[in-house]
Amino acid sequence: MGGDFVLETEGLTKEFRGFVAVKDVALSVRRGSVHAIIGPNGAGKTTCFNLLTKFLQPTRGVIRYEGRDITALKPAEVARLGVVRSFQISAVFPHLTVLENVRVALQRARGGSYDFWRSESLLSRYEDRARALLADVGLDRYENVPAGLLPYGRKRALEIATTLALEPKLMLLDEPTAGMTHEDVDRVVDLIRRVRAGRTILLVEHNLKVVAGLSDTITVLTRGQVLAEGDYAAISANPEVKTAYLGTEEG
Amino acid sequence: MPRSQAIALALLVAFIAAAPFLLFPVYVMKVLCFALYACAFNLLLGYAGLLSFGHAAYFGMGSYLSAHAAKVWGFTPELAIVTGGLTATALGAAFGYLAIRRQGIYFAMITLALAQMVYFFCVQAPFTGGEDGIQAVPRGALLGVLDLTPDFTLYWVVAAVFLAGFLFLYRIVHSPFGQVLKAIRDNEPRAISLGYRSDDYKLLAFVLSAAIAGIAGGTKAIVFQIATLTDVNWPMSGEAVLMTLLGGIGTLFGPVVGALIIVTLQAELAQFGAWVTVIQGVIFVACVLAFRRGVVGELQQAIRRPL
Repeated sequence: MGGDFVLETEGLTKEFRGFVAVKDVALSVRRGSVHAIIGPNGAGKTTCFNLLTKFLQPTRGVIRYEGRDITALKPAEVARLGVVRSFQISAVFPHLTVLENVRVALQRARGGSYDFWRSESLLSRYEDRARALLADVGLDRYENVPAGLLPYGRKRALEIATTLALEPKLMLLDEPTAGMTHEDVDRVVDLIRRVRAGRTILLVEHNLKVVAGLSDTITVLTRGQVLAEGDYAAISANPEVKTAYLGTEEG
Repeated sequence: MPRSQAIALALLVAFIAAAPFLLFPVYVMKVLCFALYACAFNLLLGYAGLLSFGHAAYFGMGSYLSAHAAKVWGFTPELAIVTGGLTATALGAAFGYLAIRRQGIYFAMITLALAQMVYFFCVQAPFTGGEDGIQAVPRGALLGVLDLTPDFTLYWVVAAVFLAGFLFLYRIVHSPFGQVLKAIRDNEPRAISLGYRSDDYKLLAFVLSAAIAGIAGGTKAIVFQIATLTDVNWPMSGEAVLMTLLGGIGTLFGPVVGALIIVTLQAELAQFGAWVTVIQGVIFVACVLAFRRGVVGELQQAIRRPL
């Protein structure tokens, strides 16, 4: 354990029947940083993301987390190591209540929960913590509402609360502000800023404003390859990035 | 248990207690066996989101093995039913292991295909008696003591088996395991991303469902003293789907109401012969078009309380 980088990849490649979606990506995510992956549509951001969380198996390459090779692990195992992801579409459990959504994540602390013969009342010990997490994201008034009935922005907030419930060491956020109104975007950015203390965050994002305000390091992907890497000032001044990302020299 | 469900349970128990005095005990026993079968099916469809189209295999093999154990091996009825349940459990573990690797329609097709293999095995295997089935299964004596030949005595045993199975299923759904299972049903990738190995939960749910379906089948064999190919053929799988849909998927009492409706229809409409299937089909279509949530599902929507 230790070292400067929490997550590292080498030669990460994913081919879909001959189409190379991600090619030779070397990524180093520094401990305690907020690292953003940006790029135009179809650049392979989400594929890259799914590779890192093992929802897709890479064709070639190595993924190391805390110095340990996790390339062959299953997604649930990666999650158990403390690498927890969010999804582009708001991923909640629609028929569970808001409180239950967070509680089912907290329940991970007791292990597998294969005990089908015990009463669920023993999960009530997680409810105080669940309420605290909900209060953190401004959802405390909704705890008994089925999550499916929440408006979009609040679903994303719930998803973040659920992710935080696992106390992840590395949080991977897939376009956390996609499809949100300005107000909601500000709220989520604010939230990420508050929760970044003590953890490392890797996010895929489309919204440059969000990236600018949040990230320490930015990796630009185009056509599945790393085009540039650096802080926001360096990236925004890079003419190649301007061409690729905005499709124009002027930017 | 929420108050609405507690009240409904009290009504159900009262109905079961009063029924043999008002109705034919054999008819009510049939309803209870099918209700337990449908409830077991509902554990998968309603709480794990898995549509099995092969539950006849577990119901039928439970029926055959219970009948065989009681008749050939001379087991007491409770041991015969346990034998049927264990057979279905083992079968469920093997089939579930294969089927849960696929999703949606593929899962349904694999469960159907495996169940059809069991059906053709039963057509050929000598111990099932082929077209004749296993007939004249002795009801025996409970624990070797209480003679179950009179319908009225057997009724209370069947009622106890049903209630035990029903409450066991309730416990499964409302356990820490049940909570994870519902999360997987709602959003499997998200549940995986929280660190739950979703296949393990689906398999366990599948095995539990098969076990209880087997117990329902075994109990049926003791009640009717017969196990036949009907128990293991695909329309039996369809019946579980029909009862659950009609009563209300993912509701506690829906499958019980669905079983009551279907068994009653089959008894009342028996005079129309082949038309029973057509009438059932029409009811099914009407149900899907007019009240999708099923009888109990619509009811709980109306009173805004879980049932």
